[in-house]
Amino acid sequence: MKNGDTHISSFTSHAIVLIVLLALTFLSVSVTGYQLGAFSVTIALAIASVKVATVILNFMHVKHESLFIKLMISGVFILYALVIIITFIDYQLR
Amino acid sequence: MSNSETGTHVSYLEHEGKYKGLLGWLLTTDHKKIGLLYLYCIIVFFFVAAILGILMRVELIAPGQTIMGAQTYNGMFTIHGIIMIFVIVIPALPAIFGNFFLPIMIGAKDVAFPKLNLFSFYLFLIGAIFGVLSQFIGGGAPDTGWTFYVPYSSQSSTNVIYALIAAFILGFSSILTGLNFIVTMHRMRAPGMGWFRMPLFPWSLYATAWIQVLATPIVGITLLMVIAERVLKIGFFDPALGGDPVLFQHLFWIYSHPAVYIMILPGMGIVTEIFPTFSQKPIFGYTAILFSSLAIAFVGYFVWGHHMYTAGISTGSRWFFSFLTFLVAVPSAIKVFNWVSTLYGGSIEMRPPLLYAISFIFLFMIGGFTGLTLGSVATDIQVHDTAFVVAHFHYIIFGGMGFAFFAGMHYWFPKIFGRMYNDKLAYIGWGFLFTGFNVLYFPQFIIGLQGMPRRYFDYLPQFQTGQVISTIGGFILFTGLIIMVGNLVYHAKRGAIAPANPWKGVTLEWQIPSPPSHENFDEIPEINHAPYFFGNTSENK
Repeated sequence: MKNGDTHISSFTSHAIVLIVLLALTFLSVSVTGYQLGAFSVTIALAIASVKVATVILNFMHVKHESLFIKLMISGVFILYALVIIITFIDYQLR
Repeated sequence: MSNSETGTHVSYLEHEGKYKGLLGWLLTTDHKKIGLLYLYCIIVFFFVAAILGILMRVELIAPGQTIMGAQTYNGMFTIHGIIMIFVIVIPALPAIFGNFFLPIMIGAKDVAFPKLNLFSFYLFLIGAIFGVLSQFIGGGAPDTGWTFYVPYSSQSSTNVIYALIAAFILGFSSILTGLNFIVTMHRMRAPGMGWFRMPLFPWSLYATAWIQVLATPIVGITLLMVIAERVLKIGFFDPALGGDPVLFQHLFWIYSHPAVYIMILPGMGIVTEIFPTFSQKPIFGYTAILFSSLAIAFVGYFVWGHHMYTAGISTGSRWFFSFLTFLVAVPSAIKVFNWVSTLYGGSIEMRPPLLYAISFIFLFMIGGFTGLTLGSVATDIQVHDTAFVVAHFHYIIFGGMGFAFFAGMHYWFPKIFGRMYNDKLAYIGWGFLFTGFNVLYFPQFIIGLQGMPRRYFDYLPQFQTGQVISTIGGFILFTGLIIMVGNLVYHAKRGAIAPANPWKGVTLEWQIPSPPSHENFDEIPEINHAPYFFGNTSENK
């Protein structure tokens, strides 16, 4: 929290996040039933990223943090995304 | 007046906390004692791995079987690599000097999470013991090389799983240490110490810590996937199970190339502290060195593919990785220019730490320039998997990180133990080390270019001259190690009492008694000038 402030999330918001996570899990499982070729991994990773972002923002309270912390965490996401994209571009170019 | 001047100073070595004696050491949360615990363990494991290295050199003194068979040799170079890389080179500088000096250099009493720090040490110890045990128990020493390349590592009947678990546990320790350092630097700098007033060794640890935190999980998961493939037959990497071995190489090197920067960046940070002190002038290009550390850490993430030019990656990827590899040479060169410029016009006092630091530049540059040969696709394909790579790698890691470690040890020894070592013995030790190192590794460049493959226990007769010279170099090097370590160990207890600031250094660790007190500072210092402030000289303005 900024400047040592505390923030207590409501049970309602926790419940909403839980439902969103369960829905996204259901979506991940459902998508595996479709033959999407190379996009299967892309979609699975995209759903996983949304889930991770939801957890970090809500359960880890990052949405209440300063812009600096948000930028640092975004930077980590971008870094991992670049690493994965570069790896998969190699597969596409072979 | 400091406590030491009034005679009431109690050093961290004399301080008695909740527990006493051995238990006081084993359960300590003092960052300095934890740093020393790492130091003692790493020295022991280093000698284990160095003896394995010497045994390999003896085997290679003549073609054919000399003192061991092929399978034993495979186990030797695998465990030598695993111990050297995962137990020594990756953790050593952050864990020893980072733990000991980071809080002091930023004006803090300890790291942000002292108990987590101790936990990291025990994870390290458990992982290291697992690594060594894998040599001796069960189905025989792992024979995959420290890179664990699949599909062989998922099929070999040797103790690969033990070695994988060892690397996994050691990775966890590394992540926790990195996390601790990041939080420490963000939250615990002394009043007035803005980011641009922080000394450059902590800056190098900061860049390193981000790599530890962000890259290590990738190799951790990758190693678990190999275990899953071996135990549960899930096809991640083995083509026989529907997997892709090149994917393993991607994931392995996504970590293991940045890991080279985990190894070398703190080494660069150490010599960056030594040059201003022994030139008695501020570091040249503080900001350039600082940003070059961050640039190396960032660009270093995207060059992993240069380990895979012959693995079947696409032409476009080869071009991409080759270009970025050449790009990462730029910030490294910036550092070298700034170090040399710091020495230029300085009041140079040639003492053992500076001798090691200058040797670091010499050896690191040979390693760096030969790295360009390996970064270029065309030449890399010619020397891939030859002794040339072994020579390059050791020039960077041992010549770079190793000599930086020796430099740091000689630089901070008086502060750590409150005693002085024998300068003459230090020079003799350096002479043996420097000579032995070059006699050992330089011939490997030549026989590598001639086609001597790496990791072979046998070779054609035309390579024998080079191999014999290398083996002689190995013994000279080992003699130098014994002289150097003997000098330091003996004088840690029996050396002349060290003054608080024997080298006339200006960073915070030299402003407190030697050895420091349990809490480092009687009062947290307030910082009101640049970190390398040698009085009101023109460089300081």
